[in-house]
Amino acid sequence: MTGGPVVRPYGDSTGDGMVQLSFTLPVPHDKRAEGAALQLAAKMGVDPATLVHARQIGDRFTFFVVYGRVNHLVDLSTVRVVERDFPLLSPKEINALIRRRLRRKLSVVGACIGTDAHTVGIDAILNVKGFAGEKGLEYYRELAVTNLGAQVSVPDLVAAARAARADAVLVSQVVTQRDAHLHNVREMSAAFREAMPADRRPLLVVGGPRFDETMAEELGVDRIFGRGTTPREVASYLVHRLVGSAAPGGDAAAARARVAG
Amino acid sequence: MSQGWSPVSAGDGGSPGGKLGLDPALVRRARELARRAGEPVVELARSHTTVSVERAVLRLAGVSGADPDGIPWVNRLVDAVVADVGLAHGAALPVFDAMVREFGPPSGWSSDPGAAVTLLAQKAAAGSVRFRMPTGRAARSARAAARRAVGAGLRRIDRRRAERERLVRRYGDPPHRPWIYLIVATGDIYEDIPQAQAAARAGADVIAVIRSTGQSLLDYVPEGATREGFAGTYATQENFRLMRAALDEVSRELGRYVRLTNYASGLCMPEMAVLAGLERLDMMLNDSMYGILFRDINPIRTFVDQRFSRQVHARAGIIINTGEDNYLTTADAVADAHTVTVSQLLNEYFAHEAGLADWQLGLGHAFEIDPDLPESFRLELAHALLARELFPDAPLKWMPPTRYMTGDVFRGNLLDGFFNLAGVLTGQGILLVGMMTEAVATPWLSDRDIALQNVRYVMRAAGGLHEDFVPAPDGFIQRRAHTVLGEAVSLLERIVDQGLLTAIAEGTFGIMRRPADGGRGLDGVVARADGYYNPATELLEAQMAGARTGGGQS
Repeated sequence: MTGGPVVRPYGDSTGDGMVQLSFTLPVPHDKRAEGAALQLAAKMGVDPATLVHARQIGDRFTFFVVYGRVNHLVDLSTVRVVERDFPLLSPKEINALIRRRLRRKLSVVGACIGTDAHTVGIDAILNVKGFAGEKGLEYYRELAVTNLGAQVSVPDLVAAARAARADAVLVSQVVTQRDAHLHNVREMSAAFREAMPADRRPLLVVGGPRFDETMAEELGVDRIFGRGTTPREVASYLVHRLVGSAAPGGDAAAARARVAG
Repeated sequence: MSQGWSPVSAGDGGSPGGKLGLDPALVRRARELARRAGEPVVELARSHTTVSVERAVLRLAGVSGADPDGIPWVNRLVDAVVADVGLAHGAALPVFDAMVREFGPPSGWSSDPGAAVTLLAQKAAAGSVRFRMPTGRAARSARAAARRAVGAGLRRIDRRRAERERLVRRYGDPPHRPWIYLIVATGDIYEDIPQAQAAARAGADVIAVIRSTGQSLLDYVPEGATREGFAGTYATQENFRLMRAALDEVSRELGRYVRLTNYASGLCMPEMAVLAGLERLDMMLNDSMYGILFRDINPIRTFVDQRFSRQVHARAGIIINTGEDNYLTTADAVADAHTVTVSQLLNEYFAHEAGLADWQLGLGHAFEIDPDLPESFRLELAHALLARELFPDAPLKWMPPTRYMTGDVFRGNLLDGFFNLAGVLTGQGILLVGMMTEAVATPWLSDRDIALQNVRYVMRAAGGLHEDFVPAPDGFIQRRAHTVLGEAVSLLERIVDQGLLTAIAEGTFGIMRRPADGGRGLDGVVARADGYYNPATELLEAQMAGARTGGGQS
């Protein structure tokens, strides 16, 4: 029935299934409130649950911390994620591949679109300073980077991509209230589809901490990168898709996001 | 409140170099350079006006309300003036000339000039009034009528200020420093109100209602009570009034005056300042360069709007909060620490020039150094103490970590604890409460409660530690502060040489590059013609001049 290893949470010994959980209920703190917290935990599959902390907030709310054993299992063979489907290259290899195969600089345009003013993501990928000990894309000799900064409108982004003859457009979205990040990305991909024929359209790459990496197709973009993505991963992906990486089987057609398992 | 904010300067026996042994001559030189960098920009502000400045003047004269599409009548009125005669002479003369022509001499409508001028705006929007530039006698009577109507608006602001002073005397200021500043941001004013009241009961001294994302890019102020916003609640006059009334209620209950903060930033800075004064807000975010750097608003538009808005804040007794913390969300908090100092000095110069006193300067700075960096906390202390000692009489707004808040709420809570500790150790005036769920979601009720517990613990456990905290002479902290001040002076020298607008265009602050002829709102900037008339500026500057010669607070 199950194909792969099965896991459950680890507290301090294998298989104990222990989790911690915190939440607030809209009731003042009393015996009944504690009972309600334990009942909620039980319904969530935490059994037995221990209430380790309860504290009233204002006169109508109580905050709880619960520790307990969950009765759920995870079969790792059924877990579906987007695995990295391109080889991770060094800056030197990336520069060399672009020089050899493209024979010009690869043009990258980046921006935060919509009203989002958080340039932290796009700067981490593009600025020389970089992220997680890796230098940003501006550091790569063979990449020509245009960082448009924050609050760039979609028409301005399209115009800038055209002016820079962008091979790739990188868009970062941090603010997610009311799914603003999803609306903005859909608007962006639609604008590029409308403005340019498919064979001239730059590669559209989106990043941000709250994106679901499997939604690329639905949002009309080529790739989504989630939290923790490093500049080198992005550069490797761009090279893989746009000039083809040296790895066997690395032709562009096979580069569509593969789903593991 | 006019005495110094700094427990540091009070506790060190008044030694000229303070705890950091700063060179007083270098500090004077830094201020002198900031003045020289700022003066040409002030000149620019004196020689231009903007649509928002003119709308603010007309709001002071009493224009209120909006058309059925939600566009304020004051926008419709200024648009009509622009179409007929332009703004180079200001809106007051053509508008009040039309008032006299439409409604007769002021004696007929001066009992309620607001209603009359709003009616004029409606007529102008319908196209039934034309504007002209009056001359001779007509100009003189238009001038007098405008001055009277705007003067009445300023007196309303004066009454709100007196009311605040009375309430502070009755209920008292918070018994501790720093003041605890907490953010509310639901998007719905009727949700904000109970949350703000709950936050005040839980210990908040200042409530800030975050604005809806993108409001700063609207070239009008929305009207009425609002229940829909993106990551914040629209700033409207009615929302201001509702929240102030709710906090008055809770101030009475708690026996402590709870302050209210909103934002004079974006394209409507001057109007926001007027509305804040009219509704007795107590603090306003108001930075000299934030709009330019982070909202891509045209630099000239920003400086013109900023000067007027700060003149109004000065009159209203509002404490401004500047935005230096924002630089550190894009630039590096160690390598670029001196850009914060430079911006604080520029903000101080622009604020004094506009008539604000030291007690009104909530200069910003933030705890944003990478926690993985060795000695990061000592560096934070050096930077925070430098700000404290450079501006001993300013309240200083101390902003929590955001950049290295990763979603690990446990580590985040620890980092916030260190931030709080740095705040009490260095005598900060206003402490914005950090949330361990920063970078995850807008704060939940429980997040706020846990964050406030963190602040209360640190203040109870170590509230007086600044008395014992004296960095070693020529030690790590002193040397770091001297380095940052030295770098700030060098940068100021460069800015004076090349000009502030060029420095901004080249990305000196917060990495953003913003040329003077780019950005939003440039089409709303107009060079003043000879004979430009702005009764608000006239009355505000007359008062400032009076205060100076009268030997009052500068």
